Amino acid sequence: MPIPAIEIENLSKEYPFGFLNLKKKRSLESLSMQVHTGEVFGFLGPNGAGKSTTIKLLMRLIFPTSGTARILGKSIEDVSMHQEIGYLPEQPYFYDYLTAAELLDYFARFHGLKAADRQERVQRMLKKVGLQTAKKIQLRKYSKGMLQRAGLAQAILHDPQVVVLDEPMSGLDPLGRREVRDIILELKKDGRTVLFSTHILSDAEMLCDRVGVIVGGKLRGVGTPGEMVGIQTQGMEILFEVDANGKNFPLLAKATKTGERYRVQLPEAELYGALDELKAVGARILSVAQLKPTLEDFFMNLVDADRAQANAVEVSGQ
Amino acid sequence: MRNVWTVATNTFREAVRDRVLYNLVFFALLMMGAAILVGQISIGIEESVIASLGLTAISVIGIFIAVFIGVGLVSKEMEKRTLYALLAKPVERWEFLLGKYAGLVMTLTVNTAAMAAGLYIALWTVKHPLERSDWYLLVAVYLILLKLALIVALAMLFSCFTTPFLAILFTVGIYIAGVFAEDLRTMQAVDLTPATMKSLRGISYLLPNFENFNVMAAVAHGRGVPASLVWQDTGYAIVYAAIVLAAAAMVFSRRNLK
Repeated sequence: MPIPAIEIENLSKEYPFGFLNLKKKRSLESLSMQVHTGEVFGFLGPNGAGKSTTIKLLMRLIFPTSGTARILGKSIEDVSMHQEIGYLPEQPYFYDYLTAAELLDYFARFHGLKAADRQERVQRMLKKVGLQTAKKIQLRKYSKGMLQRAGLAQAILHDPQVVVLDEPMSGLDPLGRREVRDIILELKKDGRTVLFSTHILSDAEMLCDRVGVIVGGKLRGVGTPGEMVGIQTQGMEILFEVDANGKNFPLLAKATKTGERYRVQLPEAELYGALDELKAVGARILSVAQLKPTLEDFFMNLVDADRAQANAVEVSGQ
Repeated sequence: MRNVWTVATNTFREAVRDRVLYNLVFFALLMMGAAILVGQISIGIEESVIASLGLTAISVIGIFIAVFIGVGLVSKEMEKRTLYALLAKPVERWEFLLGKYAGLVMTLTVNTAAMAAGLYIALWTVKHPLERSDWYLLVAVYLILLKLALIVALAMLFSCFTTPFLAILFTVGIYIAGVFAEDLRTMQAVDLTPATMKSLRGISYLLPNFENFNVMAAVAHGRGVPASLVWQDTGYAIVYAAIVLAAAAMVFSRRNLK
């Protein structure tokens, strides 16, 4: 069995706070999961869910209260592991007195690359992330989106096996987001493993082989986007037009009007009866579609359940 | 050591681009003003007045840079989160720390050397040719540089576990206490118990003895400095800074970033 690219076992993180740091806030609770070699794994969760904490623990920027993690079979304590890892921090900020080319050259030196190789890679990466024309401008003059691109370039500069991206789409315009998506797909095509955190569920649905959803510091589910949302339909939706003047039929009362059109959602078993009813009143049926839950629905259900649980605990005082 | 060198050269580049070396303009103006003024008001002692003034300025400007930039070396990187991408590279935290330290010491060396050159130009304008005893000033400049290297190490240690403001306070406090370490050791106070005296003496040995590095008065008056003192001070500064940096590396190696 191949070694997982990333293996996390019972990883927990507590932060001290309050007077003399006597109180503890648990921001990650016994997280265990694996990211397989060559897959794109999306890490989803609302703000403060523990996504960045997990990534920072993997990058040894913070240290776990308990638990372990391995990347490519090596403990995260082993610095040599970073030779094969690329990392884009959330809202990256770099040395603003450097130009993008200087920044990339600086980071490339830590990977022991020779001058000629560094120069070639730096130029290639700047072109890849669309910063070629801005390469001689100091980073202090860069926009947020441009910094994000520079950050992405430094993460993949040394051709790493595992790429960890913390909110890579943040701060990017639609064009930039598309370019990042293309880069992620290109990395996958080259057999690299990508772990990225995001709020943007459509990106996760589009890019990820598997996703993990984390809420309140706890992992709530891991699977393919399809598995996560389930395969059963949630019902049917009919879009129709009708001259409703003077007409009153049961379906109209259930429908929502948008412009000249009506939209009604109903269980699958009632579909044919509803179509007969619409035919009888002379309605024009524009579309009939299956209602499938999206990753967003799944995500929102989890978040709502978590909030409800938190409120219940607060009310009961436990 | 490749990583240490890479961080050090970048730290030097940062200091240059952030215009740290602009203080040299202030120093140059001070020396020019002193050379013109001293020539008119002090007859016969121009040289020692300029030497004292120049060495004091080199020391004070250096201390400012060592404390304020030394504290910012690590804290600024943590505050701005520039450290995140770097620590995700194959770099040990102690390598980063040592590189930042070496980079600022490099900056201070260039800065101090440029100020020393300015001091000699000022001296030359009031008296030429220069005499053999004038070159003793270089020893004083070298010892100032050792003192600054020690201050940077202390500033870095404090910035690893406390806020920049407190780190500045602690560094300045230790510096002032260190200047008086010798007095603390030899103090004869009648109203203190022997145990207190013993404790104070113990503390005085733990404090960095900054007065050891001060030969400004002697060289300004043309007196030489024994070679043994220079060697002792060099060894003392290296060992003391190494201990302080090792402590800083220990603290920083387990520090959770924000």
